[in-house]
Amino acid sequence: MIYLDNAATTKPCEEAIKAASENMRSNFGNASSLHKLGIEAEKVITSAKKTILSRLGLEGEIYFTSGATESNNTIIMGVCETYKRVGNRIVTTSIEHPSVARVMDRLEAAGFEVVRIAPKDCIDNFEQAVIDAVDEKTLLVSTMAVNNETGFHIDVQKIYRAVKAKYPKCMVHVDGVQGFCKVPLAGDFISMSAHKIHGIKGVGALYAAKGARFAPLLAGGGQQKNLRSGTEPVDLIAGFEAAVKAYPKTMAHLKELYDHTVKLLGELEGVTINSRNNIPSILNFSVQGVRSEIMLHYLEESQIYISSGSACSKGKKSAVLSEFGISDKNIDSAIRVSFNNENTIAETEEFVNAIYNGIKRFRR
Amino acid sequence: MEKVKEVIMAKYGEIALKGLNKHTFEDLLIKNIKRRLSKFGKFEYTRNQSTIYITPIDEDMDLDAVVKKLSCVFGIAAIQRSMILPKDWNTIVKEGMPYLESALANAKTFKVDAKRSDKSFPMKTPEIQLELGGAILDAYPHLTVDVHNPEKRVLLEIRDKAAFLNADRIIGACGMPVGSSGRALLLLSGGIDSPVAAYMMAKRGLKVDCIHFQSPPYTSERALMKVETLCEKLTDYCGDIRFYCVPFTEIQEALRDNCPEEYFTIVMRRLMMRIANRICAANDYGAIITGESVAQVASQTLKAIQCTDRAAEYPVFRPVIGMDKKEIVEIARKIDTFETSILPYEDCCTVFTPKHPKTKPLISEAEAAESSFDFAPMIEKAIKNITVKDFKLSD
Repeated sequence: MIYLDNAATTKPCEEAIKAASENMRSNFGNASSLHKLGIEAEKVITSAKKTILSRLGLEGEIYFTSGATESNNTIIMGVCETYKRVGNRIVTTSIEHPSVARVMDRLEAAGFEVVRIAPKDCIDNFEQAVIDAVDEKTLLVSTMAVNNETGFHIDVQKIYRAVKAKYPKCMVHVDGVQGFCKVPLAGDFISMSAHKIHGIKGVGALYAAKGARFAPLLAGGGQQKNLRSGTEPVDLIAGFEAAVKAYPKTMAHLKELYDHTVKLLGELEGVTINSRNNIPSILNFSVQGVRSEIMLHYLEESQIYISSGSACSKGKKSAVLSEFGISDKNIDSAIRVSFNNENTIAETEEFVNAIYNGIKRFRR
Repeated sequence: MEKVKEVIMAKYGEIALKGLNKHTFEDLLIKNIKRRLSKFGKFEYTRNQSTIYITPIDEDMDLDAVVKKLSCVFGIAAIQRSMILPKDWNTIVKEGMPYLESALANAKTFKVDAKRSDKSFPMKTPEIQLELGGAILDAYPHLTVDVHNPEKRVLLEIRDKAAFLNADRIIGACGMPVGSSGRALLLLSGGIDSPVAAYMMAKRGLKVDCIHFQSPPYTSERALMKVETLCEKLTDYCGDIRFYCVPFTEIQEALRDNCPEEYFTIVMRRLMMRIANRICAANDYGAIITGESVAQVASQTLKAIQCTDRAAEYPVFRPVIGMDKKEIVEIARKIDTFETSILPYEDCCTVFTPKHPKTKPLISEAEAAESSFDFAPMIEKAIKNITVKDFKLSD
């Protein structure tokens, strides 16, 4: 099997599996319990928070959620409720993940003014375009750090610094799902997910800077400072921490895989690279004359797993790619590969070879 | 208080009109009912006067669920859940009134019907109606009588063995018992129309099995899973379904490479018919069923249907032929296949859709297009590699 769909999810690493299963066996307490078992569970959570903060290189607070969808919903809805006095304008991008984009649609319907910056207009100066869209009545900026379909990298540090310098009351939220552990992140709020970095599905986190407040989405038992009620999934959190610790500090290997793949694809006729200004873990390209789903199922026959568009929108044409100015024809034939650190150069060669055979069979 | 004794009466419609072979239809209907109800517990079945009496033997059965299940059984025109009472007027009133509470408590108007097949019962029908109406008004004073358009009809039947009282009559699935009209093979695509076609022909008593054409890698495993889910859902109405999955990729690629593009779909439909012919012959199916509806798409124009029909060696039933999409969707929702049908997975019919399909194809040209390549060996191979899966009536 050659797994090149790591932006959809990653294989849990041994460290995460071990930490989670050992915790299940020997540390099953409820972190809210007053007795010793509760305290032991709480220690796991506290330690995981520290590990995540230190990986981010930031100070502030970490809250655990069920995943990035919940983190994004919580922050966007929570900030809009808490800071509604600042104004009613929200600046975001037109390439957000649905767990941000659909929340924005709701807020727009509820009367907020939502400005969506599209990279097709300004891909080489994207951060500045976001910054320029902010004004004194903007209460929230919400942007991803790395786009899940093309790998497009947005310098969120630059955006955060500039926005806060001019409009300190404006809150900045960063969807850091594809960027966490890979690129520097900064913001008042950052969303993260464990299963994109070889952790286990079902747990995510949100970071809040000191003094950054938000109204909780869930009412309940008051766990996590009453901001995220519900018993903490301690085992998953233990796995999350282990995955963060195990994740490489450098993208050198990913870069090697990426460069080699791009080089080999360049030798094929009618292949267009769609990714621009991207990080090396995600590569989007189009194979002229072969619909992406056909290529996907063809590769699947040789146990090579990739993605057409994004895995969340099974089968639907990617609206995000057109926001990058990619033509409909190229969207129809777009393939996304996303690497992990265990992929090898030999695998990329086998993959490109399979693409070559696919072209031979299907292109008309 | 003693537990209320209830019986479910399944009344048949059309079967009642049959002549000397009526009992074979009845036997099949009872067999179909028994298979569906066995999971609920033990019942006693008796039949009398075009009605099957289903009496629960085990205690504490969920009779609401039983009634719901029965409403999917073809051959039953109406279902009545009734209380069994002795044929004594005072007892009927005393024990019968509380039984009607769930039906009448929230109603405003009602009407009384009475049937007296036991002519030895001392009261005559008009008298029964009058007395029962009075008793109901005494017990439920908020009600008024409305003989023209009542919300609830209370029915008391005085039969040979006992009296039966009920206020909830449910329309059954009607039609003929599945299996009573023979067996047929349905071309099941995964869209909205073909499952509805299966439902409609099962209603006419056909045992329906399904054939599906699969074209990996052009179609995904999810598309196959979707079609299998449809089969599973259809068993509620159709009973057991045998599912034939035909590997179709090679044939479709040959089509693409050898036939004029505008004839892709027509020739593909003809080849599907040819494969269906073979399955029918080998397995004794008497007809082919499709979900075609005139003018819906290019392959369903009158000319296109003529071209497809020529390739079929069996009668082709198209039960939704005269229906609008809206009407088809309505049935698809009723039989719970709609949500599955609209899942967005490619099926083989849309794999090489020509840009400009021929809407008025000529039979001669369709035949010429088909003979531009020798499909016979590929058809043999596809038939040899068919996979068969059985979907049993869900329990």
